Amino acid sequence: MAGTEYGMSFDIAAVRRQFPILSEIIDGRPVHYLDNGASAQTPLAVIDAVRHYETTSRANVLRGVHRLAERATEAYENARAEVAKFLGVQPLEVIFTGGCTAAINLVAYSYGSLLKAGDRILLSELEHHSNIVPWQLLRARSGVEIDMIPVTEDGRIDLTKLPRLVTSRTKLISLAHVSNVTGALLDIRAVVAAAKSVGAKVMLDGAQRAPHGPLDLPSLGIDFYAFAGHKAYGPNGIGVLWGKPELLDAMPPFMGGGSMIGRVTFAETTWAPSPRRFEAGTPAIGPAIGLGAACSWMQALDWTAAHDHEMALVQRLMDGLQKVDGTRLFGPASLQNRYPVVSFTLDGVHPHDVAQTLDSFGVAVRAGHHCAQPLMDRFDLDGTTRVSMAPYNDNTDIDALLAGVAHAARTLR
Amino acid sequence: MNDQLYQDRIVALAKAKTGAGKLDAPTKSARRDNPLCGDRVTMDIKLDGQGRITEIAHQVRGCLLCQASASALSAVAVGRDAAGVADIRHDAERALGRESGDPREPFTAFAPVAAHKSRQECVLLPFEALKDALS
Repeated sequence: MAGTEYGMSFDIAAVRRQFPILSEIIDGRPVHYLDNGASAQTPLAVIDAVRHYETTSRANVLRGVHRLAERATEAYENARAEVAKFLGVQPLEVIFTGGCTAAINLVAYSYGSLLKAGDRILLSELEHHSNIVPWQLLRARSGVEIDMIPVTEDGRIDLTKLPRLVTSRTKLISLAHVSNVTGALLDIRAVVAAAKSVGAKVMLDGAQRAPHGPLDLPSLGIDFYAFAGHKAYGPNGIGVLWGKPELLDAMPPFMGGGSMIGRVTFAETTWAPSPRRFEAGTPAIGPAIGLGAACSWMQALDWTAAHDHEMALVQRLMDGLQKVDGTRLFGPASLQNRYPVVSFTLDGVHPHDVAQTLDSFGVAVRAGHHCAQPLMDRFDLDGTTRVSMAPYNDNTDIDALLAGVAHAARTLR
Repeated sequence: MNDQLYQDRIVALAKAKTGAGKLDAPTKSARRDNPLCGDRVTMDIKLDGQGRITEIAHQVRGCLLCQASASALSAVAVGRDAAGVADIRHDAERALGRESGDPREPFTAFAPVAAHKSRQECVLLPFEALKDALS
């Protein structure tokens, strides 16, 4: 293994050393963690940042005047700045949320409250439930209507359907930047062009893209971006919403409470400006600091080399799976415009049984509908087995998985 | 290797597909979904005048454990009423280690699932569907 395989620019052994859990032995087997699309592992830099806060700076943010509160506030705002740098935006445009789901719900509630009955939201058939259900809740509240872009045979959002689906009534297009099932990368330029032609806003669910390197959101021409901390090597319970400041300023609060106010009287309450307007109550301070450290860690990685490494693993995986009789791959057949998420089925073996067998080989994957039931319906599937990779994965992970799939094929059908 | 979950008996029960299919004109039918994993079981039954099962058939869109359980349940359900089915559910619960006591056949086959709590609902889903059909 090690870096020699991929050149000196990407030292896989050095990356792996930063993730203590990768040294874990379970039932005598090393951990082959290929469930990064559900939750990535976290490097020492993140663990250390959270520990540093908890042991040297633990206090509430914003309100205290004592030294610990000042430390906590500084660390929290530094984390916001690190996230902003990772996204290529200004710190005050970054809102810490409880996760990616919470970020999408925030937009669906707050921006959604500015929409009226008959306005249309455009989603796609491959969205995660977290980018479907919040809009259905909005529909129930306000009478907006939802349109859906179908998916192509190779698991991409079918943008040839955009001209028919984007109309003057379309107010927001909300799509996965990268599919959590097929790994397909969205052609943002085409979506933004279609949206701008009718004055619609664009939101991207970046849960599966953010873990694969820094972004330059202003260059994308979009309006909102959401991602989850725990999928991006950070702690649980933290996520991010980025929004264009003029949109955030126009949006009413999502939740009321401390921190998000200007002035409270029983007659009237005014709101703080964003991002505080959208961070009611005590935030998840430690997790935010951890996410800041995760963004900083990602900034430091050579993502050109890391992406090449991840795609080499995808190729090895796809080649290996195609040698097992009865496997069927879903998603793009090529490595172009995709990220390292690969879904497959094995004829005659349910995905959960594949995943359970893989567990006995020390391989962690996700099986089932991946919170994308409309996509499963599109392909008439009970579910798939999903392999989702991170830069710390290596050939031994893929080879262990292939051995497990071959075993399942031999013994369970 | 710790792959003892899929022991030969469970695989054999699933492959036996006892009762797999649909009934023409069932007295009752019920479908249950597991929203967490997407497994789906449909149970068709015919009942006699005393509410006892005379025929049973199941359709499973689910994992091997769910298929094996539906197969095992179908093998012993005929002749039982709702109370009788509730009684054999105890055997499944015992096999899974959720109740004390020794399970009767064929549910001893599910003993390996006791160590896999996240998969126990897969075994119980056919029981839930049959309970609904009998209610």
